[in-house]
Amino acid sequence: MNAHPLILEIKNIDVRRGGARVLDVPQLSLRQGHILCLVGPNGSGKSTLLLTMCGLLDRTQGELLFKGLPVDGRPSMLAYRRSTATVFQEPLLFDTTVYDNVASGLKLRGLPRQEIRCRVEHNLERFRISHLARRAARKLSGGEAQRAALARAFATEPEILFLDEPFSGLDPPTREALIDDLERIFRDTGISVVMSSHDQTEALRLADVMVVMRQGSVVQTGSPEEIINFPIDEFVASFVGMGTVLKGKVVEALQDTVMIGVGDQRIECVGEAATGRQVILCIRPEHVTLALPGGKDSDSARNNFTGTITRIISMGHFLKVQLDCGFFLSTHITHQSREVLGLAVGGAVLVSFKATAVHMIAHA
Amino acid sequence: MDLIVQGVWKAVVLLVTFDPETWSITLLSLQVSGVATLASLFIGMGAGISLALADFRGKKLLVSIINTGMGLPPVVVGLFVTIMLWRNGPMGFLKLLYTPGAIILAQAVIATPIVAGITIAAIQNLPRNLRLQILALGATRLQMIWLLMREARLPLLAAVMAGFGGVISEVGASIMVGGNIKGYTRVLTTATVMETGRGNFDIAIALGIILLLLTFAVNYILTLVQQHDRPR
Repeated sequence: MNAHPLILEIKNIDVRRGGARVLDVPQLSLRQGHILCLVGPNGSGKSTLLLTMCGLLDRTQGELLFKGLPVDGRPSMLAYRRSTATVFQEPLLFDTTVYDNVASGLKLRGLPRQEIRCRVEHNLERFRISHLARRAARKLSGGEAQRAALARAFATEPEILFLDEPFSGLDPPTREALIDDLERIFRDTGISVVMSSHDQTEALRLADVMVVMRQGSVVQTGSPEEIINFPIDEFVASFVGMGTVLKGKVVEALQDTVMIGVGDQRIECVGEAATGRQVILCIRPEHVTLALPGGKDSDSARNNFTGTITRIISMGHFLKVQLDCGFFLSTHITHQSREVLGLAVGGAVLVSFKATAVHMIAHA
Repeated sequence: MDLIVQGVWKAVVLLVTFDPETWSITLLSLQVSGVATLASLFIGMGAGISLALADFRGKKLLVSIINTGMGLPPVVVGLFVTIMLWRNGPMGFLKLLYTPGAIILAQAVIATPIVAGITIAAIQNLPRNLRLQILALGATRLQMIWLLMREARLPLLAAVMAGFGGVISEVGASIMVGGNIKGYTRVLTTATVMETGRGNFDIAIALGIILLLLTFAVNYILTLVQQHDRPR
Protein backbone atom coordinates (compact mmCIF):
# COMPACT_ATOMS: atom_id res chain seq x y z
CA MET A 1 0.00 0.00 0.00
CA ASN A 2 1.23 3.44 -0.92
CA ALA A 3 2.26 5.62 2.01
CA HIS A 4 0.56 8.51 0.27
CA PRO A 5 -2.73 7.25 -1.21
CA LEU A 6 -4.75 9.53 -3.47
CA ILE A 7 -7.09 11.71 -1.46
CA LEU A 8 -8.41 13.95 -4.21
CA GLU A 9 -8.63 13.51 -7.93
CA ILE A 10 -10.24 15.65 -10.60
CA LYS A 11 -10.99 14.51 -14.12
CA ASN A 12 -11.99 16.28 -17.32
CA ILE A 13 -12.61 19.63 -15.67
CA ASP A 14 -14.00 22.09 -18.17
CA VAL A 15 -15.14 25.52 -17.00
CA ARG A 16 -16.61 28.04 -19.40
CA ARG A 17 -17.55 31.61 -18.79
CA GLY A 18 -19.56 33.48 -21.37
CA GLY A 19 -18.83 30.74 -23.89
CA ALA A 20 -15.07 31.03 -23.47
CA ARG A 21 -13.15 28.19 -21.92
CA VAL A 22 -11.38 29.42 -18.80
CA LEU A 23 -10.22 26.10 -17.42
CA ASP A 24 -9.38 22.82 -19.08
CA VAL A 25 -7.72 20.23 -16.87
CA PRO A 26 -7.92 16.59 -18.00
CA GLN A 27 -6.56 15.15 -14.76
CA LEU A 28 -4.97 16.25 -11.51
CA SER A 29 -4.57 14.44 -8.22
CA LEU A 30 -3.49 15.13 -4.68
CA ARG A 31 -1.87 12.54 -2.44
CA GLN A 32 -2.54 12.31 1.27
CA GLY A 33 -0.18 14.51 3.24
CA HIS A 34 1.14 16.29 0.17
CA ILE A 35 1.22 20.00 -0.42
CA LEU A 36 0.24 20.80 -3.97
CA CYS A 37 0.91 24.30 -5.18
CA LEU A 38 -0.76 25.83 -8.20
CA VAL A 39 1.42 28.54 -9.68
CA GLY A 40 1.09 30.78 -12.68
CA PRO A 41 0.65 34.42 -13.60
CA ASN A 42 -2.57 36.31 -12.87
CA GLY A 43 -5.41 35.04 -15.00
CA SER A 44 -3.84 31.63 -15.55
CA GLY A 45 -6.82 29.91 -13.95
CA LYS A 46 -5.24 28.77 -10.70
CA SER A 47 -7.93 30.26 -8.47
CA THR A 48 -10.66 28.85 -10.72
CA LEU A 49 -9.01 25.43 -10.50
CA LEU A 50 -8.70 25.72 -6.73
CA LEU A 51 -12.36 26.70 -6.34
CA THR A 52 -13.31 23.79 -8.57
CA MET A 53 -11.28 21.43 -6.43
CA CYS A 54 -12.97 22.58 -3.23
CA GLY A 55 -16.39 22.22 -4.85
CA LEU A 56 -17.31 25.90 -4.67
CA LEU A 57 -17.68 26.59 -8.36
CA ASP A 58 -20.98 26.02 -10.13
CA ARG A 59 -21.30 25.41 -13.83
CA THR A 60 -18.45 22.97 -13.87
CA GLN A 61 -18.14 19.93 -16.06
CA GLY A 62 -16.05 17.06 -14.89
CA GLU A 63 -15.54 14.73 -11.98
CA LEU A 64 -14.37 15.32 -8.45
CA LEU A 65 -13.28 12.21 -6.53
CA PHE A 66 -12.66 12.40 -2.79
CA LYS A 67 -10.92 9.26 -1.51
CA GLY A 68 -12.00 7.51 -4.66
CA LEU A 69 -15.70 8.37 -4.33
CA PRO A 70 -17.39 10.87 -6.64
CA VAL A 71 -18.63 14.12 -5.10
CA ASP A 72 -21.89 15.12 -6.74
CA GLY A 73 -25.30 16.15 -5.56
CA ARG A 74 -26.05 18.30 -2.54
CA PRO A 75 -25.59 15.81 0.35
CA SER A 76 -22.21 14.54 -0.79
CA MET A 77 -21.10 18.09 -1.64
CA LEU A 78 -21.98 19.25 1.88
CA ALA A 79 -20.16 16.26 3.38
CA TYR A 80 -17.15 17.02 1.16
CA ARG A 81 -17.12 20.70 2.16
CA ARG A 82 -17.27 19.63 5.79
CA SER A 83 -14.22 17.42 5.27
CA THR A 84 -12.27 20.29 3.75
CA ALA A 85 -11.58 23.93 4.54
CA THR A 86 -10.75 26.94 2.40
CA VAL A 87 -8.90 30.13 3.19
CA PHE A 88 -9.03 32.98 0.70
CA GLN A 89 -6.68 35.85 0.00
CA GLU A 90 -8.93 38.19 2.02
CA PRO A 91 -9.49 36.79 5.54
CA LEU A 92 -13.31 37.19 5.19
CA LEU A 93 -13.87 37.14 8.93
CA PHE A 94 -17.32 37.58 10.41
CA ASP A 95 -18.20 40.80 12.20
CA THR A 96 -17.80 39.33 15.67
CA THR A 97 -14.98 38.34 18.02
CA VAL A 98 -11.94 36.34 16.97
CA TYR A 99 -13.11 33.49 19.23
CA ASP A 100 -16.54 33.32 17.58
CA ASN A 101 -14.93 33.43 14.17
CA VAL A 102 -12.72 30.46 14.91
CA ALA A 103 -15.76 28.67 16.37
CA SER A 104 -18.02 29.42 13.39
CA GLY A 105 -17.32 26.29 11.33
CA LEU A 106 -17.85 24.12 14.41
CA LYS A 107 -21.15 25.82 15.26
CA LEU A 108 -22.36 25.12 11.72
CA ARG A 109 -21.68 21.44 12.41
CA GLY A 110 -23.61 21.61 15.65
CA LEU A 111 -20.73 20.40 17.83
CA PRO A 112 -21.14 20.42 21.62
CA ARG A 113 -20.02 23.59 23.38
CA GLN A 114 -17.22 21.94 25.32
CA GLU A 115 -15.69 20.44 22.20
CA ILE A 116 -15.93 23.77 20.38
CA ARG A 117 -14.18 25.55 23.20
CA CYS A 118 -11.41 22.99 23.30
CA ARG A 119 -10.74 23.10 19.56
CA VAL A 120 -10.95 26.90 19.35
CA GLU A 121 -8.48 27.40 22.17
CA HIS A 122 -6.10 24.86 20.67
CA ASN A 123 -6.14 26.56 17.28
CA LEU A 124 -5.85 30.07 18.67
CA GLU A 125 -2.74 28.89 20.44
CA ARG A 126 -1.48 27.08 17.37
CA PHE A 127 -1.58 30.32 15.36
CA ARG A 128 -0.31 32.41 18.29
CA ILE A 129 -3.43 34.57 18.57
CA SER A 130 -4.83 33.42 21.94
CA HIS A 131 -4.40 36.95 23.28
CA LEU A 132 -6.74 38.26 20.56
CA ALA A 133 -9.64 35.90 21.34
CA ARG A 134 -11.98 38.62 22.65
CA ARG A 135 -10.94 41.21 20.07
CA ALA A 136 -13.29 42.32 17.30
CA ALA A 137 -12.23 40.56 14.10
CA ARG A 138 -12.63 43.80 12.12
CA LYS A 139 -9.95 45.49 14.22
CA LEU A 140 -7.18 42.99 13.49
CA SER A 141 -4.13 43.77 11.39
CA GLY A 142 -3.75 41.95 8.07
CA GLY A 143 -1.45 39.28 9.47
CA GLU A 144 -3.58 38.70 12.58
CA ALA A 145 -6.72 38.46 10.49
CA GLN A 146 -5.17 35.88 8.17
CA ARG A 147 -4.06 33.88 11.22
CA ALA A 148 -7.63 33.98 12.56
CA ALA A 149 -8.91 32.79 9.16
CA LEU A 150 -6.41 29.93 9.19
CA ALA A 151 -7.31 29.02 12.78
CA ARG A 152 -10.98 28.99 11.74
CA ALA A 153 -10.13 26.59 8.92
CA PHE A 154 -7.94 24.31 11.05
CA ALA A 155 -10.54 24.19 13.85
CA THR A 156 -12.80 22.11 11.62
CA GLU A 157 -9.96 19.56 11.37
CA PRO A 158 -10.18 19.30 7.59
CA GLU A 159 -8.69 16.44 5.65
CA ILE A 160 -7.79 18.80 2.83
CA LEU A 161 -6.97 22.46 3.22
CA PHE A 162 -7.37 24.82 0.27
CA LEU A 163 -5.47 28.10 0.34
CA ASP A 164 -6.14 30.67 -2.37
CA GLU A 165 -3.21 33.10 -2.47
CA PRO A 166 -3.16 33.17 1.33
CA PHE A 167 -0.13 35.43 1.69
CA SER A 168 -0.69 37.88 -1.15
CA GLY A 169 -2.15 40.66 0.96
CA LEU A 170 0.61 40.62 3.57
CA ASP A 171 3.78 42.65 3.87
CA PRO A 172 7.07 40.68 3.64
CA PRO A 173 7.95 40.28 7.38
CA THR A 174 4.38 39.29 8.29
CA ARG A 175 4.31 36.88 5.38
CA GLU A 176 7.62 35.31 6.39
CA ALA A 177 6.47 34.74 9.97
CA LEU A 178 3.19 33.23 8.81
CA ILE A 179 4.86 30.93 6.27
CA ASP A 180 7.26 29.76 9.00
CA ASP A 181 4.37 28.87 11.28
CA LEU A 182 2.37 27.25 8.52
CA GLU A 183 5.32 25.14 7.47
CA ARG A 184 5.58 23.83 11.04
CA ILE A 185 1.82 23.24 11.31
CA PHE A 186 1.69 21.45 7.95
CA ARG A 187 4.49 19.17 9.12
CA ASP A 188 2.93 18.52 12.54
CA THR A 189 -0.55 17.77 11.26
CA GLY A 190 0.41 15.98 8.05
CA ILE A 191 -2.57 17.66 6.41
CA SER A 192 -3.10 17.53 2.62
CA VAL A 193 -2.97 21.00 1.12
CA VAL A 194 -3.80 22.62 -2.20
CA MET A 195 -2.64 26.21 -2.46
CA SER A 196 -2.44 28.73 -5.25
CA SER A 197 0.20 31.39 -5.54
CA HIS A 198 1.63 33.73 -8.11
CA ASP A 199 4.85 33.84 -6.14
CA GLN A 200 7.05 30.90 -7.02
CA THR A 201 9.26 31.27 -3.93
CA GLU A 202 6.33 30.44 -1.63
CA ALA A 203 5.63 27.40 -3.76
CA LEU A 204 9.24 26.27 -3.79
CA ARG A 205 9.37 26.47 -0.05
CA LEU A 206 6.17 24.66 0.82
CA ALA A 207 5.24 22.42 -2.07
CA ASP A 208 5.74 18.70 -2.58
CA VAL A 209 4.14 19.01 -5.98
CA MET A 210 4.10 22.12 -8.14
CA VAL A 211 1.57 22.65 -10.91
CA VAL A 212 2.43 25.42 -13.36
CA MET A 213 -0.57 26.91 -15.13
CA ARG A 214 -1.08 29.15 -18.11
CA GLN A 215 -4.31 30.29 -19.77
CA GLY A 216 -6.48 27.75 -17.98
CA SER A 217 -4.29 24.75 -18.67
CA VAL A 218 -1.69 22.84 -16.70
CA VAL A 219 1.68 23.31 -18.39
CA GLN A 220 3.85 21.20 -16.10
CA THR A 221 3.45 19.13 -12.95
CA GLY A 222 6.34 17.92 -10.84
CA SER A 223 8.38 18.38 -7.70
CA PRO A 224 9.79 21.89 -7.22
CA GLU A 225 13.27 20.54 -8.04
CA GLU A 226 12.04 19.05 -11.29
CA ILE A 227 10.27 22.21 -12.31
CA ILE A 228 13.15 24.50 -11.49
CA ASN A 229 15.86 22.35 -12.94
CA PHE A 230 13.94 20.86 -15.83
CA PRO A 231 11.34 23.32 -16.99
CA ILE A 232 9.38 21.89 -19.86
CA ASP A 233 9.33 25.09 -21.93
CA GLU A 234 10.31 28.74 -22.08
CA PHE A 235 7.21 29.88 -20.22
CA VAL A 236 7.85 27.64 -17.22
CA ALA A 237 11.55 28.51 -17.28
CA SER A 238 10.93 32.23 -17.14
CA PHE A 239 8.13 31.84 -14.60
CA VAL A 240 10.18 29.85 -12.11
CA GLY A 241 12.97 32.37 -12.32
CA MET A 242 15.47 30.92 -14.75
CA GLY A 243 17.74 33.90 -15.11
CA THR A 244 18.69 33.27 -18.70
CA VAL A 245 16.66 31.66 -21.43
CA LEU A 246 18.45 31.42 -24.80
CA LYS A 247 17.47 30.10 -28.20
CA GLY A 248 20.06 28.09 -30.05
CA LYS A 249 20.82 25.31 -32.45
CA VAL A 250 22.75 22.08 -31.90
CA VAL A 251 25.99 22.37 -33.88
CA GLU A 252 27.85 19.33 -32.62
CA ALA A 253 26.98 16.25 -30.57
CA LEU A 254 29.84 15.13 -28.30
CA GLN A 255 30.06 12.29 -25.83
CA ASP A 256 27.51 13.06 -23.07
CA THR A 257 27.35 16.71 -24.06
CA VAL A 258 26.29 18.83 -27.00
CA MET A 259 27.59 22.08 -28.41
CA ILE A 260 24.91 24.66 -28.97
CA GLY A 261 25.40 27.63 -31.22
CA VAL A 262 23.93 30.77 -29.75
CA GLY A 263 24.63 33.79 -31.93
CA ASP A 264 28.33 33.62 -32.67
CA GLN A 265 29.12 31.79 -29.44
CA ARG A 266 29.07 28.15 -28.50
CA ILE A 267 27.73 26.80 -25.24
CA GLU A 268 28.39 23.28 -24.07
CA CYS A 269 25.70 21.51 -22.15
CA VAL A 270 24.90 18.08 -20.81
CA GLY A 271 22.28 16.18 -22.78
CA GLU A 272 21.50 14.57 -26.07
CA ALA A 273 20.11 16.16 -29.18
CA ALA A 274 20.55 15.71 -32.90
CA THR A 275 22.71 18.16 -34.78
CA GLY A 276 20.70 20.96 -36.32
CA ARG A 277 17.94 20.74 -33.73
CA GLN A 278 16.50 24.00 -32.38
CA VAL A 279 16.80 24.13 -28.59
CA ILE A 280 16.20 26.44 -25.66
CA LEU A 281 18.85 26.80 -22.99
CA CYS A 282 18.09 27.80 -19.42
CA ILE A 283 20.76 28.94 -17.01
CA ARG A 284 19.90 29.76 -13.42
CA PRO A 285 21.55 32.97 -12.18
CA GLU A 286 23.12 31.28 -9.15
CA HIS A 287 25.02 28.90 -11.42
CA VAL A 288 26.91 31.68 -13.18
CA THR A 289 30.16 32.90 -11.62
CA LEU A 290 31.99 36.14 -12.36
CA ALA A 291 35.69 36.93 -12.16
CA LEU A 292 37.89 39.84 -13.17
CA PRO A 293 39.65 39.62 -16.57
CA GLY A 294 43.20 38.30 -16.23
CA GLY A 295 42.13 35.99 -13.44
CA LYS A 296 42.28 32.22 -13.79
CA ASP A 297 39.46 30.52 -15.66
CA SER A 298 37.40 28.20 -13.54
CA ASP A 299 38.90 24.70 -13.93
CA SER A 300 35.75 22.71 -13.89
CA ALA A 301 33.47 25.00 -15.84
CA ARG A 302 33.27 24.10 -19.51
CA ASN A 303 31.76 27.40 -20.53
CA ASN A 304 33.96 30.49 -20.19
CA PHE A 305 33.21 33.79 -21.85
CA THR A 306 34.27 37.39 -21.64
CA GLY A 307 31.30 39.65 -21.15
CA THR A 308 30.41 43.29 -20.75
CA ILE A 309 28.14 44.42 -17.96
CA THR A 310 25.09 46.09 -19.49
CA ARG A 311 23.02 46.68 -16.40
CA ILE A 312 23.15 46.28 -12.62
CA ILE A 313 19.76 46.16 -10.90
CA SER A 314 19.32 46.20 -7.15
CA MET A 315 16.95 43.47 -5.93
CA GLY A 316 17.24 44.45 -2.28
CA HIS A 317 19.48 41.89 -0.61
CA PHE A 318 21.34 41.16 -3.82
CA LEU A 319 22.08 42.60 -7.26
CA LYS A 320 21.01 41.30 -10.62
CA VAL A 321 23.77 41.73 -13.21
CA GLN A 322 22.97 41.57 -16.89
CA LEU A 323 25.77 40.76 -19.26
CA ASP A 324 26.46 40.76 -22.96
CA CYS A 325 28.67 37.77 -23.85
CA GLY A 326 27.64 37.69 -27.45
CA PHE A 327 24.39 36.46 -25.96
CA PHE A 328 22.36 37.76 -23.07
CA LEU A 329 23.18 36.36 -19.63
CA SER A 330 21.89 37.21 -16.20
CA THR A 331 23.38 36.46 -12.78
CA HIS A 332 23.03 37.42 -9.14
CA ILE A 333 25.81 38.79 -6.93
CA THR A 334 25.96 40.18 -3.43
CA HIS A 335 26.60 43.85 -2.70
CA GLN A 336 29.89 42.80 -1.17
CA SER A 337 31.12 40.98 -4.28
CA ARG A 338 30.30 44.01 -6.35
CA GLU A 339 32.58 46.15 -4.22
CA VAL A 340 35.37 43.57 -4.05
CA LEU A 341 35.32 43.04 -7.83
CA GLY A 342 34.67 46.71 -8.53
CA LEU A 343 31.92 45.91 -11.00
CA ALA A 344 30.34 48.72 -12.99
CA VAL A 345 28.22 49.05 -16.10
CA GLY A 346 30.44 48.86 -19.19
CA GLY A 347 33.13 46.89 -17.37
CA ALA A 348 34.46 43.58 -18.67
CA VAL A 349 34.28 40.34 -16.68
CA LEU A 350 35.03 36.66 -17.07
CA VAL A 351 31.84 34.63 -17.00
CA SER A 352 31.80 30.90 -16.38
CA PHE A 353 29.25 28.15 -15.83
CA LYS A 354 29.31 24.37 -15.94
CA ALA A 355 27.91 22.25 -18.71
CA THR A 356 25.65 20.65 -16.10
CA ALA A 357 24.26 24.07 -15.15
CA VAL A 358 22.64 24.46 -18.54
CA HIS A 359 19.17 22.98 -18.90
CA MET A 360 18.36 22.21 -22.51
CA ILE A 361 14.80 22.08 -23.83
CA ALA A 362 14.39 20.63 -27.28
CA HIS A 363 11.98 22.75 -29.34
CA ALA A 364 8.82 20.94 -30.38
CA MET B 1 -48.81 82.17 19.54
CA ASP B 2 -51.71 81.31 21.86
CA LEU B 3 -52.72 78.67 19.39
CA ILE B 4 -49.48 76.79 19.78
CA VAL B 5 -49.28 77.11 23.58
CA GLN B 6 -52.89 76.00 23.96
CA GLY B 7 -52.33 73.20 21.49
CA VAL B 8 -49.29 71.86 23.29
CA TRP B 9 -51.10 72.16 26.64
CA LYS B 10 -54.08 70.23 25.34
CA ALA B 11 -51.76 67.67 23.87
CA VAL B 12 -50.02 67.13 27.20
CA VAL B 13 -53.40 66.74 28.92
CA LEU B 14 -54.55 64.19 26.32
CA LEU B 15 -51.34 62.29 26.72
CA VAL B 16 -51.10 62.17 30.49
CA THR B 17 -54.79 61.39 31.02
CA PHE B 18 -54.62 58.54 28.54
CA ASP B 19 -57.65 59.81 26.60
CA PRO B 20 -59.38 56.59 25.43
CA GLU B 21 -59.98 57.74 21.86
CA THR B 22 -56.39 58.96 21.38
CA TRP B 23 -55.20 55.74 22.91
CA SER B 24 -57.23 53.52 20.59
CA ILE B 25 -56.10 55.49 17.52
CA THR B 26 -52.46 55.09 18.60
CA LEU B 27 -52.86 51.39 19.20
CA LEU B 28 -54.51 50.83 15.82
CA SER B 29 -51.74 52.76 14.07
CA LEU B 30 -49.14 50.63 15.76
CA GLN B 31 -50.97 47.41 14.96
CA VAL B 32 -51.70 48.22 11.34
CA SER B 33 -48.24 49.55 10.53
CA GLY B 34 -46.58 46.81 12.58
CA VAL B 35 -48.36 44.02 10.73
CA ALA B 36 -47.76 45.73 7.38
CA THR B 37 -44.05 46.07 8.16
CA LEU B 38 -43.84 42.45 9.27
CA ALA B 39 -45.49 41.30 6.05
CA SER B 40 -43.13 43.45 4.00
CA LEU B 41 -40.17 41.95 5.86
CA PHE B 42 -41.13 38.42 4.91
CA ILE B 43 -41.83 39.28 1.29
CA GLY B 44 -39.26 42.06 0.82
CA MET B 45 -36.33 40.39 2.57
CA GLY B 46 -37.10 37.01 1.04
CA ALA B 47 -37.27 38.49 -2.43
CA GLY B 48 -34.30 40.78 -1.81
CA ILE B 49 -32.03 37.97 -0.61
CA SER B 50 -33.07 35.59 -3.41
CA LEU B 51 -32.49 38.32 -5.96
CA ALA B 52 -29.13 39.33 -4.52
CA LEU B 53 -27.91 35.72 -4.58
CA ALA B 54 -29.39 34.78 -7.93
CA ASP B 55 -27.77 35.38 -11.27
CA PHE B 56 -29.97 35.65 -14.32
CA ARG B 57 -30.68 37.77 -17.36
CA GLY B 58 -32.74 40.82 -16.58
CA LYS B 59 -31.62 40.99 -12.96
CA LYS B 60 -30.50 44.60 -13.34
CA LEU B 61 -33.86 45.58 -14.81
CA LEU B 62 -35.73 43.90 -11.97
CA VAL B 63 -33.52 45.56 -9.34
CA SER B 64 -34.10 48.96 -10.99
CA ILE B 65 -37.85 48.37 -10.89
CA ILE B 66 -37.67 47.52 -7.19
CA ASN B 67 -35.51 50.56 -6.50
CA THR B 68 -38.07 52.72 -8.29
CA GLY B 69 -40.72 51.10 -6.09
CA MET B 70 -38.90 52.44 -3.05
CA GLY B 71 -40.28 55.87 -3.94
CA LEU B 72 -43.81 54.69 -4.71
CA PRO B 73 -46.25 57.59 -3.94
CA PRO B 74 -48.73 56.40 -1.27
CA VAL B 75 -51.68 58.00 -3.08
CA VAL B 76 -50.92 55.95 -6.18
CA VAL B 77 -50.79 52.81 -4.06
CA GLY B 78 -54.03 53.92 -2.38
CA LEU B 79 -55.69 54.38 -5.74
CA PHE B 80 -54.44 51.02 -7.00
CA VAL B 81 -55.49 49.12 -3.87
CA THR B 82 -58.89 50.86 -3.84
CA ILE B 83 -59.54 49.75 -7.41
CA MET B 84 -58.42 46.21 -6.62
CA LEU B 85 -60.68 46.02 -3.57
CA TRP B 86 -63.65 47.88 -5.11
CA ARG B 87 -66.94 46.01 -4.88
CA ASN B 88 -66.72 44.75 -8.47
CA GLY B 89 -62.91 44.92 -8.66
CA PRO B 90 -60.66 41.84 -9.03
CA MET B 91 -60.35 41.39 -5.26
CA GLY B 92 -63.75 42.84 -4.37
CA PHE B 93 -64.98 39.51 -3.08
CA LEU B 94 -62.64 39.91 -0.10
CA LYS B 95 -64.85 42.80 1.12
CA LEU B 96 -61.73 44.38 2.54
CA LEU B 97 -62.22 48.01 1.47
CA TYR B 98 -62.61 50.46 4.40
CA THR B 99 -61.30 47.92 6.92
CA PRO B 100 -57.96 47.88 8.82
CA GLY B 101 -57.04 44.94 6.56
CA ALA B 102 -57.15 47.23 3.55
CA ILE B 103 -54.76 49.67 5.22
CA ILE B 104 -52.40 46.81 6.07
CA LEU B 105 -52.49 45.65 2.46
CA ALA B 106 -51.78 49.13 1.08
CA GLN B 107 -49.01 49.80 3.60
CA ALA B 108 -47.40 46.43 2.87
CA VAL B 109 -47.38 47.34 -0.83
CA ILE B 110 -45.61 50.60 0.06
CA ALA B 111 -43.06 49.01 2.44
CA THR B 112 -42.14 45.86 0.50
CA PRO B 113 -40.07 47.53 -2.24
CA ILE B 114 -38.32 49.67 0.40
CA VAL B 115 -37.33 46.57 2.39
CA ALA B 116 -36.44 44.60 -0.75
CA GLY B 117 -34.35 47.42 -2.23
CA ILE B 118 -32.29 47.96 0.92
CA THR B 119 -31.92 44.19 1.39
CA ILE B 120 -30.53 43.74 -2.12
CA ALA B 121 -28.03 46.55 -1.56
CA ALA B 122 -27.08 45.15 1.85
CA ILE B 123 -26.41 41.62 0.63
CA GLN B 124 -24.64 42.74 -2.54
CA ASN B 125 -22.44 45.01 -0.48
CA LEU B 126 -20.91 42.04 1.35
CA PRO B 127 -17.53 40.83 0.01
CA ARG B 128 -17.99 38.71 -3.12
CA ASN B 129 -16.18 35.70 -1.73
CA LEU B 130 -17.97 35.74 1.64
CA ARG B 131 -20.68 33.48 0.27
CA LEU B 132 -18.07 30.98 -0.90
CA GLN B 133 -16.23 31.24 2.40
CA ILE B 134 -19.41 30.43 4.34
CA LEU B 135 -20.15 27.43 2.11
CA ALA B 136 -16.54 26.32 2.47
CA LEU B 137 -16.96 26.39 6.24
CA GLY B 138 -19.56 23.68 5.79
CA ALA B 139 -22.78 25.68 5.86
CA THR B 140 -26.02 24.43 4.36
CA ARG B 141 -27.85 26.87 2.11
CA LEU B 142 -30.09 28.00 4.95
CA GLN B 143 -27.14 28.42 7.29
CA MET B 144 -25.41 30.48 4.61
CA ILE B 145 -28.40 32.80 4.25
CA TRP B 146 -28.61 33.17 8.02
CA LEU B 147 -24.91 34.06 8.28
CA LEU B 148 -25.16 36.52 5.38
CA MET B 149 -28.10 38.20 7.12
CA ARG B 150 -26.13 38.34 10.34
CA GLU B 151 -23.23 39.98 8.52
CA ALA B 152 -25.61 42.48 6.92
CA ARG B 153 -27.60 43.05 10.13
CA LEU B 154 -26.94 46.79 10.30
CA PRO B 155 -28.32 47.65 6.86
CA LEU B 156 -31.07 45.02 7.23
CA LEU B 157 -32.32 46.67 10.43
CA ALA B 158 -32.11 49.96 8.59
CA ALA B 159 -34.48 48.34 6.08
CA VAL B 160 -36.91 47.54 8.90
CA MET B 161 -36.72 51.12 10.14
CA ALA B 162 -37.18 52.58 6.69
CA GLY B 163 -40.14 50.29 6.01
CA PHE B 164 -41.86 51.05 9.30
CA GLY B 165 -41.07 54.76 9.08
CA GLY B 166 -42.51 54.83 5.59
CA VAL B 167 -45.85 53.31 6.52
CA ILE B 168 -46.51 54.76 9.98
CA SER B 169 -46.16 58.29 8.58
CA GLU B 170 -48.09 57.61 5.40
CA VAL B 171 -51.55 59.17 5.08
CA GLY B 172 -52.67 59.09 1.44
CA ALA B 173 -53.24 55.38 1.08
CA SER B 174 -54.67 54.95 4.58
CA ILE B 175 -57.33 57.55 4.07
CA MET B 176 -58.25 56.21 0.62
CA VAL B 177 -58.55 52.52 1.46
CA GLY B 178 -59.43 52.88 5.17
CA GLY B 179 -61.80 55.79 4.99
CA ASN B 180 -60.85 57.26 8.40
CA ILE B 181 -63.84 55.62 10.11
CA LYS B 182 -64.01 56.61 13.76
CA GLY B 183 -63.10 53.77 16.09
CA TYR B 184 -62.45 51.42 13.16
CA THR B 185 -59.96 52.63 10.58
CA ARG B 186 -58.90 55.95 12.05
CA VAL B 187 -55.15 56.01 12.52
CA LEU B 188 -52.80 58.74 13.77
CA THR B 189 -52.09 60.28 10.38
CA THR B 190 -55.66 60.29 9.08
CA ALA B 191 -56.91 61.69 12.40
CA THR B 192 -54.32 64.45 12.27
CA VAL B 193 -55.40 65.43 8.77
CA MET B 194 -59.05 65.51 9.85
CA GLU B 195 -58.52 67.47 13.07
CA THR B 196 -56.33 70.00 11.28
CA GLY B 197 -59.03 70.42 8.66
CA ARG B 198 -61.57 71.09 11.38
CA GLY B 199 -59.33 73.63 13.03
CA ASN B 200 -58.82 71.49 16.14
CA PHE B 201 -55.14 72.29 16.26
CA ASP B 202 -54.75 71.18 19.87
CA ILE B 203 -55.80 67.61 19.13
CA ALA B 204 -53.83 67.64 15.86
CA ILE B 205 -50.68 68.73 17.71
CA ALA B 206 -51.24 66.03 20.34
CA LEU B 207 -51.59 63.39 17.63
CA GLY B 208 -48.50 64.71 15.87
CA ILE B 209 -46.47 64.48 19.06
CA ILE B 210 -47.67 60.92 19.65
CA LEU B 211 -46.74 59.98 16.09
CA LEU B 212 -43.26 61.40 16.55
CA LEU B 213 -42.78 59.70 19.92
CA LEU B 214 -43.98 56.39 18.53
CA THR B 215 -41.66 56.52 15.55
CA PHE B 216 -38.80 57.52 17.81
CA ALA B 217 -39.49 54.70 20.28
CA VAL B 218 -39.64 52.01 17.61
CA ASN B 219 -36.49 53.26 15.92
CA TYR B 220 -34.70 53.57 19.26
CA ILE B 221 -35.46 49.94 20.07
CA LEU B 222 -34.32 48.83 16.62
CA THR B 223 -31.15 50.87 16.97
CA LEU B 224 -30.43 49.18 20.29
CA VAL B 225 -30.88 45.80 18.62
CA GLN B 226 -28.72 46.91 15.72
CA GLN B 227 -25.83 48.08 17.87
CA HIS B 228 -26.16 45.20 20.33
CA ASP B 229 -23.31 42.68 20.59
CA ARG B 230 -20.96 44.64 18.37
CA PRO B 231 -17.57 43.78 19.83
CA ARG B 232 -15.31 46.68 20.56
